[in-house]
Amino acid sequence: MMLVVYIVSAFVHLFSIGYMHGDVRYGRYFAFLGVFTFSMLGIVVTNNFFMMYVAWELVGLSSYLLIGHWFERQSASDAAKKAFIVNRIGDVGMFIGILILYTTFHTFTFETIFESMKAGVIPFGSEAWLTAAGILVFCGAIGKSAQFPLHVWLPDAMEGPTPVSALIHAATMVAAGVYLIARTFPMMTADALMVIAIIGAITAFIAATIAIAQNDIKKVLAYSTISQLGYMVMGLGVGAFTAGFFHLTTHAMFKAGLFLGSGSVIHAMHHALHHSGDRKTDAQDIRNMGGLKSKMPLTFWTFVMFTLAISGVPFTSGFLSKDEILAGTLAYANLTGRWYIPVIGFFVAGLTAFYMFRVVILTFLGDHKDNHRYDAIHESPKTMTIPLIVFAILSFFAFFSLNPFSATSGWVYSALPRPESVVPASVAAAGIEEFETSVHHSHLLAMVLSLSVAGIGILMAFVTYYWKKIDADVVAAKTGPLYRFLLNKWKFDELYGATVVAGTVGIAKLARWFDNRIVDGIVNGVGSWTKGLTLGTKRNWVENSISAIFYMIVTAGISLYVGWVVGFGLLPAEASLGAIVGYVILGIAVSGFTFFLFYVGVGGFDNSIVDGLVNATAYFAGFLGLLTRRLQTGKVQTYLAFAILGVMILFLWFR
Amino acid sequence: MEFLGIGVLSWITFLPIIGMVLILFIPKEKQNVMKWTAAAATFLQLVLAVMIFFHFNKGSLGINTQEGMQLVEKASWIDIRGVPWFGRIHVDYFLGIDGLSVPMVILTALISFIAVFASWNIPKALKGYMAMLLLLDTGMMGVFVSLDFFLFYVFWEVMLLPMYFLIGIWGGPRREYAAIKFFLYTLLGSVLILLAMIALYFSVTVPDGATGERMYTFNMLAMMNPANFQPGTLLAGVGTYWRHLAYIALFIGFAIKVPIFPFHTWLPDAHVEAPTAISVILAGVLLKMGTYGLLRISYPMFPELANYYSWALALVAVINIIYGALCAMAQQDFKKLIAYSSISHMGIVLLGMAALNTQGMMGAVLQMFNHGTITAMLFLIVGVIYDRAHTRDLDAFGGLAITMPKYTGIMTVAFFAALGLPGLSGFISEAFSFLGAFQTFRVLTIVATLGIVLTAAYMLWTLQRVFLGQPNEKWASLPDINGRELFTLVPLAVVVLALGIYPSLLLDLMTSSLNHLVEVVRSGAVL
Repeated sequence: MMLVVYIVSAFVHLFSIGYMHGDVRYGRYFAFLGVFTFSMLGIVVTNNFFMMYVAWELVGLSSYLLIGHWFERQSASDAAKKAFIVNRIGDVGMFIGILILYTTFHTFTFETIFESMKAGVIPFGSEAWLTAAGILVFCGAIGKSAQFPLHVWLPDAMEGPTPVSALIHAATMVAAGVYLIARTFPMMTADALMVIAIIGAITAFIAATIAIAQNDIKKVLAYSTISQLGYMVMGLGVGAFTAGFFHLTTHAMFKAGLFLGSGSVIHAMHHALHHSGDRKTDAQDIRNMGGLKSKMPLTFWTFVMFTLAISGVPFTSGFLSKDEILAGTLAYANLTGRWYIPVIGFFVAGLTAFYMFRVVILTFLGDHKDNHRYDAIHESPKTMTIPLIVFAILSFFAFFSLNPFSATSGWVYSALPRPESVVPASVAAAGIEEFETSVHHSHLLAMVLSLSVAGIGILMAFVTYYWKKIDADVVAAKTGPLYRFLLNKWKFDELYGATVVAGTVGIAKLARWFDNRIVDGIVNGVGSWTKGLTLGTKRNWVENSISAIFYMIVTAGISLYVGWVVGFGLLPAEASLGAIVGYVILGIAVSGFTFFLFYVGVGGFDNSIVDGLVNATAYFAGFLGLLTRRLQTGKVQTYLAFAILGVMILFLWFR
Repeated sequence: MEFLGIGVLSWITFLPIIGMVLILFIPKEKQNVMKWTAAAATFLQLVLAVMIFFHFNKGSLGINTQEGMQLVEKASWIDIRGVPWFGRIHVDYFLGIDGLSVPMVILTALISFIAVFASWNIPKALKGYMAMLLLLDTGMMGVFVSLDFFLFYVFWEVMLLPMYFLIGIWGGPRREYAAIKFFLYTLLGSVLILLAMIALYFSVTVPDGATGERMYTFNMLAMMNPANFQPGTLLAGVGTYWRHLAYIALFIGFAIKVPIFPFHTWLPDAHVEAPTAISVILAGVLLKMGTYGLLRISYPMFPELANYYSWALALVAVINIIYGALCAMAQQDFKKLIAYSSISHMGIVLLGMAALNTQGMMGAVLQMFNHGTITAMLFLIVGVIYDRAHTRDLDAFGGLAITMPKYTGIMTVAFFAALGLPGLSGFISEAFSFLGAFQTFRVLTIVATLGIVLTAAYMLWTLQRVFLGQPNEKWASLPDINGRELFTLVPLAVVVLALGIYPSLLLDLMTSSLNHLVEVVRSGAVL
């Protein structure tokens, strides 16, 4: 794996020197490329989950930065954001998986965890948790390796510069997921492996069907990558450990080559379009290409080599690895009875051969579409073609196994034996020996089948696009809805946009509303009620509004409640009718008083009642004064009459 | 460590006050002198903080033992005898630090220093502003170093007043509303803390050194020892009704400061209206006081209730994380978005605390520090753009990465630190908090991890809206970040990066104390 990272990174750097020449952020690009290689190596060399997660996230960061390299473009910044967030969803799953493992084993180290697991320690003493931990860790791989249902970021990620696509999205970053499964393979239970195999198969199938309908050369390669990754994941899931990992290596070589080849073509097309002043034509659309074979021979022949490899034609590296995976699926079906896995596997193999040859034919063979543009097309510079040649050579079988028909004798198999499972026997998948025997039995069948489906695929491609016996447009028109469904990538983006994205944004808006209106509304409400208590609600009543009605209802409610509590609270258990009436009146009075208190407010109450009483007393005193002043007539007779009146009253009093 | 016979903690606490007094005597016209005086005071404070960092003994436990506290200063402050009913009121001037407070002391010094430079261009009444800022600084530092509850409360209240004026006078358009809301809300919390403090005072007695008679005390360390609770008093016993009540009162008091949902709505308003430097202090230091108070006071004084209510704390933590992130996602105002992200990030602190184990606790305290630096950066970043464009509408910008590349570079560090990217400090504390919390609360932690995705989503969405895409014609002539602004941001970025790569720098300081705190809380009676 380290070898893969090093080789691919080195050549991508080399290739980029030519491809990115004259870019506005040339320096920054190479800096990010360096970060990427660093974090990838981090994933590979670490011996524990924590560092793995750290490097894992850093890979996400560097891919974010690289995809968004041309961030002026809305689509590029969208794609970068999408890649990071979608990856993060997977990463969170992985993080929870790591949490489960750490809580159980109190270590992050792979070896120690596997050893304790072998000794019988499993998370929370339950096999279900063990399976869950396996699947959750696998979630990380679903994100990074663009497996269904988190595969949607990868095609968009093609917004980045082409060498980045080769590096990140074909060879290394996406392979990190496969690497992760391989690393954690010993702790996977049979159920977890089944989930992995099924996810892989679904991914391989969906992506292959989408690839058929795409016209953008990089999009085809992107979906082809997803599909092949699904293959690897499926391979690991069925227990063909070495085969899956082997395919990772071979695929890294030829897919990096394919991307760089497409980069070379796009570079030439750009150049030609620029030359002819054409700004409308899409440089990446294979319908605009054709006949490039003679103009770009090196690119063409290397591209053919890669295509043969990915289609699984003998004598290529792809044949070796693919064949082993397919044999593995057959063996798995034999052991478990899940025959749908190999069926999907072989069907996808045929599809792969078909859509890859479609690209080759439309791009390099046939007639060129525009003379003017055609003349301006040149082979790319050496920094771009040398990596292509190297990758093409590395796509031959001989580098992996001297026997062109069987990889098992090659170095990969001896270097990478399938690790012993450490999970309890009751939940483990079929053992190595059992599996190997089964693989051995199905090997020949697998080879024959895979050769025939690949042959059929290639033949169909030639029939349709080279000899034009079948008109692709007619087929597309006849299968209208299906074709559009495939062209629109099974509408995953639309589906997620309408559910997950819109849902989250909707909930966020709801939260904002709740926060502003309800939570803060209560806070402000307490404030204005306190204020209202001092000023009275009188002010609010004048406005003819909802809040006035609200105030009225609440004040009335509180007042009635207070009256009720006071009136009935004081009522003795056995009271006479008169007492009851008295207490009811008391309650009503209290209630009315409360209502009045709210209405005029404490401030108003203070003004009108308390101060009113004070004033009233003064007024009353003044009134008395006025009355008594009248008596001060100054006549002796009057005073005498009053004195007699006083004496009479006293006399009557003490009689 | 002493200078001129006065302990270093007194110096670090009262240096800003000295600066404030000096500033008050500087004539109004000499604005530069005022600025540099404030800068000098906070710089000296920072130097002392660095000295404390190197001097600090990593092995001592602290928390509930005076021997474990470092740089202790203790003197009798208030001593009134013969008071009717309860005899004698005694308050100590008691300072000291341990592994829990030392990160906060360093953080306060750092943020205050940066805040002075972030306030360089205050348009009006500079003298009053700088004086208030320094007074605030003293209040914050005092809270983190005092070990006497009464003293703690005094500093806690000292902080409130300058903050009120800083928002109310130098704030944005709705500053008065925001200032009053902040003041009243926090005061409500203070009153609850005061009640709990008084209840504790009348329950805890220690023998007087000289006479041996038992007397009431505000000493926090004494309050942590169950043996000191006088039988028959209000808060004696274990898990009684009154203890529940006191714990909840303290909790709400601190929760308002953190802020914990649903007591958080003062925060967005205060942040939006406050000037940049004040937002930085508010988010950087003030919020930490809530969680610090919980750890310093509620946990060790009411260990049985800390255990009993830990699930509730975890629940509100998860609400904070998810709800804060969702609210942040829906904001149009850049500053409000950061304010809500603070709520979300403080949730991680609470989650780590609630776990009641060493990993969680370390994650929580580290997250307090990291959130201080990261959010300070974020507010400074908003300040930079607001100073230039006078708008904070997220949709008003676009393509700033092209016109302001240096600014975008430093912003990227802050944003990715906030969304918990490994290699930057936020990740370590988040991971530790989750690791700790998962051991205690499995389901809640799994729900909380959803926050990781949401945070990434709103952070990247903001980044895209403001910085990526085609440059907006209107802002094409905005100058890139200047030297002074870089000077405020770069030190924080260095800290964020350093702690991301080598968190032991800070973790080593707090390990022993936090281990001890966990022990103290765990060994408290279980209800």
